[in-house]
Amino acid sequence: MVLNGSEILVNVLLEQGVDTVFGYPGGAVLNIYDALYKYRDKITHYMTAHEQGASHAADGYARATGKTGVVIATSGPGATNLVTGIATAYMDSVPMVAITGTVPNNLIGADSFQEVYIAGITLPITKHNFVVRRVEDLADILRRAFEIAGSGRPGPVLVDIPKDVTAAKTEYEAKPAVKTVRCDGIKGDVREVAELINRSERPFIYFGGGVRISEAGEELRQLIETADIPASYTLMAAGVLGYGEKNNLGLIGMHGCYSANAAANRADVMIAIGTRFSDRVALNPDKFGHNARIVHIDIDPGEINKNIIADYSIVGDVKEVLTELLKHVKPAKHDAWQKQIARWKQDDYKPEASETELKPHYLIEKACEIAGKDAVYVTDVGQHQMWAAQFLHHTHPRNFLTSGGLGTMGYGYGAAIGAKIARGEDTTVVHFTGDGSFHMNMNEICTAVSYGVHVITVIFNNSVLGMVRQWQGAFYDRRFSSSEPERVTDYKAVAEGFGGHGFRCETPEEFETAMKQAMEMDGPVWIECIVDREEKVLPMIPGGKTVHDTIFK
Amino acid sequence: MKIMKQRCMVVLVDNNAGVLARISSLFVQRGFNIESLTVSPTENEKLSRLTIMTSGDEKTFQQIIKQTGKLVETRLIFLVEPSFSMVRELMLAKYRVTADESAGLSELIASYGGKVADASDGCLVAQLSDTPQVLDDFLSAARGFKLIELGRTGVIAMERGNVSYEL
Repeated sequence: MVLNGSEILVNVLLEQGVDTVFGYPGGAVLNIYDALYKYRDKITHYMTAHEQGASHAADGYARATGKTGVVIATSGPGATNLVTGIATAYMDSVPMVAITGTVPNNLIGADSFQEVYIAGITLPITKHNFVVRRVEDLADILRRAFEIAGSGRPGPVLVDIPKDVTAAKTEYEAKPAVKTVRCDGIKGDVREVAELINRSERPFIYFGGGVRISEAGEELRQLIETADIPASYTLMAAGVLGYGEKNNLGLIGMHGCYSANAAANRADVMIAIGTRFSDRVALNPDKFGHNARIVHIDIDPGEINKNIIADYSIVGDVKEVLTELLKHVKPAKHDAWQKQIARWKQDDYKPEASETELKPHYLIEKACEIAGKDAVYVTDVGQHQMWAAQFLHHTHPRNFLTSGGLGTMGYGYGAAIGAKIARGEDTTVVHFTGDGSFHMNMNEICTAVSYGVHVITVIFNNSVLGMVRQWQGAFYDRRFSSSEPERVTDYKAVAEGFGGHGFRCETPEEFETAMKQAMEMDGPVWIECIVDREEKVLPMIPGGKTVHDTIFK
Repeated sequence: MKIMKQRCMVVLVDNNAGVLARISSLFVQRGFNIESLTVSPTENEKLSRLTIMTSGDEKTFQQIIKQTGKLVETRLIFLVEPSFSMVRELMLAKYRVTADESAGLSELIASYGGKVADASDGCLVAQLSDTPQVLDDFLSAARGFKLIELGRTGVIAMERGNVSYEL
């Protein structure tokens, strides 16, 4: 059948099973939005306040479901506003297809109105991108975009479409959804690694987002139980193992548990699974795991020997590799090693409780208690993010959404809205944010109001940029340069001004009441929580240092 | 200690607009060095061939191969093994010469297997194609002459004998 480019675009989205897209209209995508109008009973478009919010919403949608998120923006500023969202998705391996309109073919390269070379701008932050110069190529390029985004190590793909292509007509033939391929087989000696594990006395697992993406939580659990291996997770893998589960040592890295970092330091075999030895975990790459033979398992061959040199490597889909590994790993007990870890655990940082003040760990734990284990928790970036990672006793791998690699302040609200839309009525979505992060994208409350999206935002208001200020306090002799803005934002009034609900809390009692009420409300709810500006994220290992340099107060 | 070496690699890529930008962007982004880079058509019209001369340590070379190999448009990437490969570069070097010098320079060019591509307006253009080392040697040997303009293509490389890639 003959369709115009915009109708082809929508049809290919439908082919891929897409029923939800996020975006913002504009001149270059008017035809696309006309097609979205025509197909509005089959595909729902959510318009955000800002394209950045739409890109984070598509990201949150993808992380909360495992499906590929889709975002649409117009040319020029519309496209550049997606950049932070695309880079965020790229760093955290989130499947996303970003569709941008651009000026018509005959105006390309002439500095036309709202023209920007978005393919050039996004070269280093996409898995791949396309400029579609002919309508005849459009359908197959879009299909290929979905294939690339979802295959292997997932990531964002951008498709830039000139306006004339969205109007031009050509023959369209529907095809089945593209098949995404995780990985072709396994490269590496699984048996040798299994033997290494079988021989080890102090084995240790450190795992990351790859376990979540590969949905290999069960295989990981089996490995940990069979071979009695203590394990700790990176920020990207929070929730893969349940809180309090045997051998779950908790978060590793800069703000990880002392016991986890100590175990990494002392292990004789370290098995790194679906992770990349980032500078927030392998803080000193020469000393990280320096007593251990290091095994690196990852789907991306580019990660092997990038940040640290591994003694053994296996390239493949984590689930497949672990399944294979389990065939050769023998049951074991490491009592002496477990005893040592138990001793380190006694030295783990424990925050102080308070009857009168709102303590960060209390806020996280209480919110989690009220919203429940099945709620989706989304964070922005900074102190509250680390507190959430430390104290949120999450149990589901797709229920903790956070910008890990890029560390995008302003990520949270858009992502929370996307997650709520993805998971629907039955899932509570709680968004933890700081007053710094929230000022970046709080305007997305209007999106939540427009579409009746129930997201509870818990604002850790310490009136300062907490993480920046903490570093200035520790390393810059308390010269608090531009980290104490002394804003007087009345969050309750702002929320209500946008058509949402607001609370302000100063005591544990007030917070509990507000949180319980928020659960029963509709649309967006903000709960401002007053937190002391001297609260720190602890413990902390400064960049470039080791567990021996851990700061506890 | 990192030992810096030069290595030559060949990348076969889809002959698409923007593929060169994609590869050079990757090199700049990750801090890989490019000593020279050439792009040309191949026996297959759908492919372009890049030859990249790069410097670094062994770890960097492995990263270059893996990261470049990951690009969607990369069909094949391999390090050129110097012992059974030919590496060639074309050079044009313009010298301002007096009447007395002309014969001597021409002789030197010939002794390096080159030819005089142009002789006019008191200038002489040497055209040589050989390994980069031979071209460097020629430039050293001709140091006594007044060099006023120099252009080199960067290398292309190919393995000897009955070996070829399959895609």
